[in-house]
Amino acid sequence: MAAIALERVAKHWGATRAVDDVSFDVRAGTFTVLLGPSGCGKSTTLRLIAGLEAVSAGRVRIGGVDVTEAPPSKRSIAMVFQSYALFPHLSVAENILFGLKVRKVPAPERERRLKRVAELLGLDKLLARKPAQLSGGQQQRVALGRAIIAEHPVCLMDEPLSNLDAQLRHDMRREIRALQQQLGITMVYVTHDQTEAMSMADQVVLLREGRVEQDAAPAALYARPATAFAARFIGTPPMNLVRLADGARGAVIRGTDSPVVAPGAGEGLLLGVRPEAVLIDPAGVPAAVAAVEYLGADSIVACTVGEAPFIVRAPGKLELGAGARIGLAWPREAQHFFRAADGRRVDSTAAAAIAA
Amino acid sequence: MSRFSVHIHGWLLLLPAAVLLVAFTHFPAAATLYHSFFSTPKPGRSAVYVGLDNYRAMFDDPVFWQSLANNVWFALGTIPASIGLALLMAVLVNRKLAGRGFLRLAYFTPTILPMIAVANIWLFFYTPQYGLLEQLTGLLGLPSHNWLGSRDTALACVIVVTIWKEAGFFMIFYLAALQGIAPSLAEAAAIEGASRWYFFRRVTWPLLAPTTLFVLVNAVINSFRLVDHIIVMTRGGPDNVTSLLLFYIYEVGFKFWDLAYAAALTMVLLAILAALAIGQFVFLERRVHYQ
Repeated sequence: MAAIALERVAKHWGATRAVDDVSFDVRAGTFTVLLGPSGCGKSTTLRLIAGLEAVSAGRVRIGGVDVTEAPPSKRSIAMVFQSYALFPHLSVAENILFGLKVRKVPAPERERRLKRVAELLGLDKLLARKPAQLSGGQQQRVALGRAIIAEHPVCLMDEPLSNLDAQLRHDMRREIRALQQQLGITMVYVTHDQTEAMSMADQVVLLREGRVEQDAAPAALYARPATAFAARFIGTPPMNLVRLADGARGAVIRGTDSPVVAPGAGEGLLLGVRPEAVLIDPAGVPAAVAAVEYLGADSIVACTVGEAPFIVRAPGKLELGAGARIGLAWPREAQHFFRAADGRRVDSTAAAAIAA
Repeated sequence: MSRFSVHIHGWLLLLPAAVLLVAFTHFPAAATLYHSFFSTPKPGRSAVYVGLDNYRAMFDDPVFWQSLANNVWFALGTIPASIGLALLMAVLVNRKLAGRGFLRLAYFTPTILPMIAVANIWLFFYTPQYGLLEQLTGLLGLPSHNWLGSRDTALACVIVVTIWKEAGFFMIFYLAALQGIAPSLAEAAAIEGASRWYFFRRVTWPLLAPTTLFVLVNAVINSFRLVDHIIVMTRGGPDNVTSLLLFYIYEVGFKFWDLAYAAALTMVLLAILAALAIGQFVFLERRVHYQ
C-alpha cells in the first residue's frame, strides 16, 4: 500500500516553478530519499507533503486519505528540520514532549513514552539540559526524539545530517536507518548527498529543476540511469559521458577513428561508462594520461579520449606519468547510451563490445 | 613602554568619556546630595547646614506624597498598557500583510515626534466644546465634559497620551526580537498541532523575555522621567492630580526657587529609580532565558 502518494503535484511562485508535475508513491514502512542538487525542489516537495506549503496543483495522499487541503497537524506526520528547530528555552525533555503536551496526552503515558525514546536515542542523562548545552549530534538526537515520540506512521526529514561532521554523519546515517526499520516508520528523507541516498534508501526519487528525473531503487539508479543527468549525479567519480561520431564501420568516440563502440550511426549520441568499469588494455580505445591521483585502495586516472576528458578508476597504484599513451577497454554491458539532445537513455541492443 | 606610561595612556584614552560623565552625571548627583543637606541660599543669607531638615519637611509635605502617589498610578497605567500594545503591534506588523512598511512607519511615528508637539496635538483632542473628543461624544449625544479640567479624568488623559507616545518605540524592540526567532520553530509547532496562542504562550513569549526586561526597565524610567506633556497640557493641575514627581521637583526648583528642597526631592527620585532598576535586573534576570 502506498503510505504517501503525490499525484501531479506542482508549486509555483509567480513564474518560478519550484515543483512541476511531480508524481511518486512511497510504500508503507520504506525509506525514500528525495535526491537532487540544490534548488531542484526536493525541500519544497517535502514541505508540500508536510503541508507547510500549499500545492498550486495536484493531490497529496497520506495513508490513503487525501490531505491536500489539511493542515500539517492533521496529516499524522512528524518532521525533523535541517536546523533541528529545537525550542531554545525548553529542556530536552520538554522539547521532546512538546507535541504530546499540545495534544494533551496524559502525564503517565507521556513519561512512559519519554523514557522509551530517551533510552532508544541514548538521551537519558541529557533530559534536563537546554539545547545550547548539547553538541550538534546530541541536538540531532533530540530532534529525532521529538519526531518519533509522536508515533506517527510517517516521518519527514529535511537534510537532517547536513550540519554534522563526516564521522558523525556516517554514524547517524546507520542509526537513522536502523531506527526506521526497527520502528517500521515510513520515512521521506531529503538530501543532496548521493552517498546518503545510496546507503540508506529503499527508493530514490531523483529531482531536477522541479521534475522527477528518475524514481528507482538505488541499485537500479546506479545500474540503469534513465538520463545523462542521473548517470552523472550517482557515483563518485561520476560516469564518463563522451560524444559519439559516425565512423566508417560504426559509431566511434568523437576524435578517434577506432575502435567501433557500437554498430550504426553515432552522431547525436552520448556514450556513458563508469570509471570503475574501465580496464587499462593496450588493445582498447587510445587515451592520453593527464594526471594520476593515488587514493590508497585505487587510483583515479584522468585521461583524454579523442577530445573529451575521461576518468578511470583503477585498483592499486599505477606508475603512469602525464602524457603516457594507454588503451582503455570496458565490457559491453557497462556501456550506456543517451541521446545528446535531451539526455534520455536509448537502449542500443546492437551495441558491440570492443574488448574483453 | 614603561608600566607608568601604559597607565597614562589608558587614562588619557578614558579621559573624554570620563570628563563628560563626571561633568554631567556624577558631579551633579554628588552636588545635589550635598546641597540637600543645606538651606536654600537667599539674598543676604547664605546656605547653612540643616542636616535632614529638608527630608523631614518632605515627609510632612502633602503635595510630595500626592505627586508620588500620582506617579505610581501613572506608572501602573502606562507601563503594562504600552508594553502590551507594543507587543500586539509588533506581532501584527511582523506578519505578511499588504502595506506592512507603511503600518510599521505609522506605529513608529509618535516616537519621532517631539513630546511638546504630541502634547499640543492631544491638547486639541481634549479641548472642551470643540476638541475632537468632544465632537465625537457630541455626535453620540453624550453630555459635554472637560477631560483635562476634571479631577476624575485628567490623570487618565495624560496616561493615554504617554501610552500612545511610548508604544511605538517599544514595538521596534519587539519587532527586532520577533524577527530573530527562527520560522522553523513555528513550523515545528504547527506540525505538532499547537495553536497560535499556545505557540505564543509557550515559545514566543519566553523567547521575548530579554526584550521584555529591557523594555520594562526603560518604561519604568520613562514613567518617572516624562514630564513635557504635563507642562504643556495640565501644569500638574487641576488640584495637583497630574503632578508627577519630576514635575513637582521642577516646580519647587525653578518656580518657587527652593533649590535645597528640590535637591532633596531629586535624591528621593534617584533612589527610587536606582532601586527599581536594580530590583528588575536582580529578580527578573533569573527568569529570563538568553540565547
